[in-house]
Amino acid sequence: MGDLKLPAIDYGALSPMLILFGAACLGVLLEALAPKRLRHPIQLTLALAAIVAAFVAVIVSRNERTVTIGGAVAVDGPTLFLSGAILLLGLVAMLLIGERSIEHGGAFVSQAAITVGSQKDLKQAGSEPGATEVYPLTMFALGGMLLFVAANDLLTMFVALEVFSLPLYLLCALARRRRLLSQEAALKYFLLGSYASAFFLFGVALIYGFAGGVQFSQIHDAVATPERSQVLLYGGLALVAIGLLFKGALAPFHVWTPDVYQGAPTPVTALMAACTKVAAFGALLRILYVAFDGVRWDFQPVLGAIAVLTMLVGAVLAVTQTDMKRLLAYSSIANAGYLLVGALALNKSGLSSTMFYLVAYGFSVLAAFGILTLVRDADGEATHLSRWAGLGRKSPVFAGIFTFILLAFAGIPLTSGFTSKFAVFGAAVEGGQTWLVIFGVISSMLLAFPYLRVVVMMWLSEPGESTPTVSLPGAMTSAALAIGVLATLALGVAPAALIDLTNDAAQFVR
Amino acid sequence: MAGVKNFPFLSILTLLPLVGAAVVAFIPKTKAQLAKTVALVWSLVVLVFSILMWIAFEVGGTRFQFRESYPWIPNWGVRFTFEVDGIALVLLMLIAVLVPLVILASWNDAEQTKRSVPTYFALLLALECTMIGVFAASDIFLFYVFFEVMLVPMYFIIGSYGGQRRQYAAVKFFLYSLVGGLFMLAAVIGVWVVAGENSFDWQTLVNADIGTEAGRWLFLGFFIAFAIKAPFFPFHTWLPDAGGAAPAGAAALLVGVLDKVGTFGILRYCLPMFPEASRWFAPVAIALAVIGILYAALLAVGQNDLKRLVSYTSIAHFGFIGIGIFAFTTQGGTGSVLYMVNHGLATGLLFLVVGMFVARRGSALVSDFGGAGKLVPVLAGVFFFAGLASLALPGTAPFVSEFLVLIGTFTVHPAWAVVATAGIILAAAYVLWMVQRTTQGTLNPALAEVPAMRQDITLREKVVVAPLIALLIIFGFYPKPVTDVINPAVEATMNDVGTQDPGPTAVANGRTAP
Repeated sequence: MGDLKLPAIDYGALSPMLILFGAACLGVLLEALAPKRLRHPIQLTLALAAIVAAFVAVIVSRNERTVTIGGAVAVDGPTLFLSGAILLLGLVAMLLIGERSIEHGGAFVSQAAITVGSQKDLKQAGSEPGATEVYPLTMFALGGMLLFVAANDLLTMFVALEVFSLPLYLLCALARRRRLLSQEAALKYFLLGSYASAFFLFGVALIYGFAGGVQFSQIHDAVATPERSQVLLYGGLALVAIGLLFKGALAPFHVWTPDVYQGAPTPVTALMAACTKVAAFGALLRILYVAFDGVRWDFQPVLGAIAVLTMLVGAVLAVTQTDMKRLLAYSSIANAGYLLVGALALNKSGLSSTMFYLVAYGFSVLAAFGILTLVRDADGEATHLSRWAGLGRKSPVFAGIFTFILLAFAGIPLTSGFTSKFAVFGAAVEGGQTWLVIFGVISSMLLAFPYLRVVVMMWLSEPGESTPTVSLPGAMTSAALAIGVLATLALGVAPAALIDLTNDAAQFVR
Repeated sequence: MAGVKNFPFLSILTLLPLVGAAVVAFIPKTKAQLAKTVALVWSLVVLVFSILMWIAFEVGGTRFQFRESYPWIPNWGVRFTFEVDGIALVLLMLIAVLVPLVILASWNDAEQTKRSVPTYFALLLALECTMIGVFAASDIFLFYVFFEVMLVPMYFIIGSYGGQRRQYAAVKFFLYSLVGGLFMLAAVIGVWVVAGENSFDWQTLVNADIGTEAGRWLFLGFFIAFAIKAPFFPFHTWLPDAGGAAPAGAAALLVGVLDKVGTFGILRYCLPMFPEASRWFAPVAIALAVIGILYAALLAVGQNDLKRLVSYTSIAHFGFIGIGIFAFTTQGGTGSVLYMVNHGLATGLLFLVVGMFVARRGSALVSDFGGAGKLVPVLAGVFFFAGLASLALPGTAPFVSEFLVLIGTFTVHPAWAVVATAGIILAAAYVLWMVQRTTQGTLNPALAEVPAMRQDITLREKVVVAPLIALLIIFGFYPKPVTDVINPAVEATMNDVGTQDPGPTAVANGRTAP
């Protein structure tokens, strides 16, 4: 028996995710040790500090270009950029998650195991502070996402997928209000997510059979000089792609999205809409650009069809929605389609524009869900569209912010929504995918209608009897909103700096 | 002179109303009078500034003047580039003249809606900023930005301060324009990629080599956007709704200026960038324009709502502008540009006067009037004059432009020109019948009971209409100051398209014989 030789580990390059995982473990310990009253401030401080520290670590290692732990993790431009994006967006989402002044005790249930509707449940709904486990869970999820976008082999990617998915399943179930919806959402997400994971794993097995390895460089070489059946390759690629398309909420693997977005506590929805999207597309980009670029002509039309389907399904179904969270869910599906259009350019600007889009969209969507947490009545958030009538009269500032975000989603210039759409469409035309751009434009037209309807509701309709009030946001939600709105404006007016950054980062290592 | 040439006229002119909008927006709701005054003074400052620019513009000098260019998004080659040729210059002047008059005419409009008065005037100034920007921009990306952002203030003006069915009209206006804009976005991206210069600069793209097939598709993208904006038949259905629901002042700007962006865009972007495609599509464009003239004129005859009626007349007029552009003759082109200016003045006046009637009667329906001339003789007289100008009576400015368009078209497409002439007869029908049904004949008893109808034209309203009437008469007899500015720009544009004016037939045959 030979000695087991440990692969070299570049701890510096891995430090962002190590910091997050370490802080998450510490958070779990604190749950056991810290007195109940102090848990919330301690956990929140720890979480925010850990995310900031991880972000600093990303900045420190910004020039790192390496493959480490025996080829399991690649630290390169896209990894670092996307890690930074996940951390920044995660920080803003964490501000929303940690907010406790809008609703007494925060948006989360204190004990998820209490039966819904029981005496205990009524008691805890009114007074008890929310569970503080959400902070370590969120950090595990964010750490998993960092690993997901850095994974350089399919098995690491699968592990990372599970690491960031499982906490999200739990987080979805923890809403303080409308708990049955929340639990249903979590169960749906868990079951469908498990199927997707199983598909992914099966795909990994087939590709292992084809390439004789799971590392992307091995797969790349095997694709270039195939020695085994192409059926294994295409079957494997299709199954792996299904797993990733599920996480990215692309049609026809999108059906979980509206239910989960609606049922999950709104801050968690914001986290999923912003960060999960970055992670899913980060991994998809890496797989397509690094491992399978040898068969790009084979998967491009198939994924192109999926992009078209996603954009149209998202846009058409958004038109019929009457619930704000579901509307934003379908809009996020359509946006996943635009992202895929950018990714399918399969050139350097495709990579950089997709990364740009992920950041721009992430900040806007965080601000949108942030506003959603504020519009409330006695039963919690008032998400039905009709309830928003005349909101512009009652609180013009928040209605104005939300209008601005909606205009950004609709792609009106001087918002990040326009520059990012321009970037991905431009990249796609450059990459010879003009047909995708045409469908993208058509779906943008359809999608403008639901956004506009909300604007009409808020500004042009008379306030009804039951128009909910807009709660005054606490400091953290205010900060989250300010960051989201300013980023949306800044990336629309002066996007040059971020474009430079994405261009510099748009080079994978193999 | 060199100092004047390099003065950043255009960027200041674009930003000035925006600053004004910000100032007015922060005036508290209770100080409505202050907000109105500030807005009016501000728009007058813009007017003075643009008159200075008009003086500084060197007639017969280089085609584009006052060029400024600052980097914006270097990676994409996007720059803040401003420059104007004669065509853009006269339209900028039109904006600068119309906005103060519209502000004055809308003096009491916002109060009737129970909504914030300062916001209304801030929106008007913001709209002025985007309108100036769209004509001053010479970077296609920048042009697109203004083209789209322009929708937002107009949307809120119609939606918040409009009349009946304002929500429907506002959404329809926004969606139609946005659909066109998105087609244009695809075409903008296409031009950018196909030209391969990593630049959106107008000059660069005009000189770039764009293939025939790509050129046709890209032309179509731009053309649809501009045809919706103008609007040309069959993309016109949003205008009567928007024009009918918008407050009269905003409606005057909508048809007077906003819609010109469409025809201006065709002249400035479609023709020079895609000359081959322009020639290829010209028959279709002319056919649509002529159909538009006749169809809209017929519908105008049948309208019972004054604002909708004026909107339909406007569509008919845009048909004339369209045939003038696509005739590809200097006369036709000059006529079209002159038409844009005169139509802005004439239809602007007509809309404002209609607004004065509507404000008194509280209704825009023709059937609610009748014999109004007996109650408000002077206002009725102004209305009659505005109608005559709108039907292009000789002696008023629109006659010159309509005549130029028709002879310019006749030299190359006699048949279309003859058909279009029928539009003039229909114009007489809808204008005269409208005037007759509202101001002439026996007095409608219901009308006499409306106390406001006893108030003839006020001093404020006189100040609003007087400059427009004066300009319409002056340009009717002496259009030279405007044509001198327009002509070189139009000639250059026709040169870009690569067409020669046909000379008198006999000589042309002699010259072209091999």
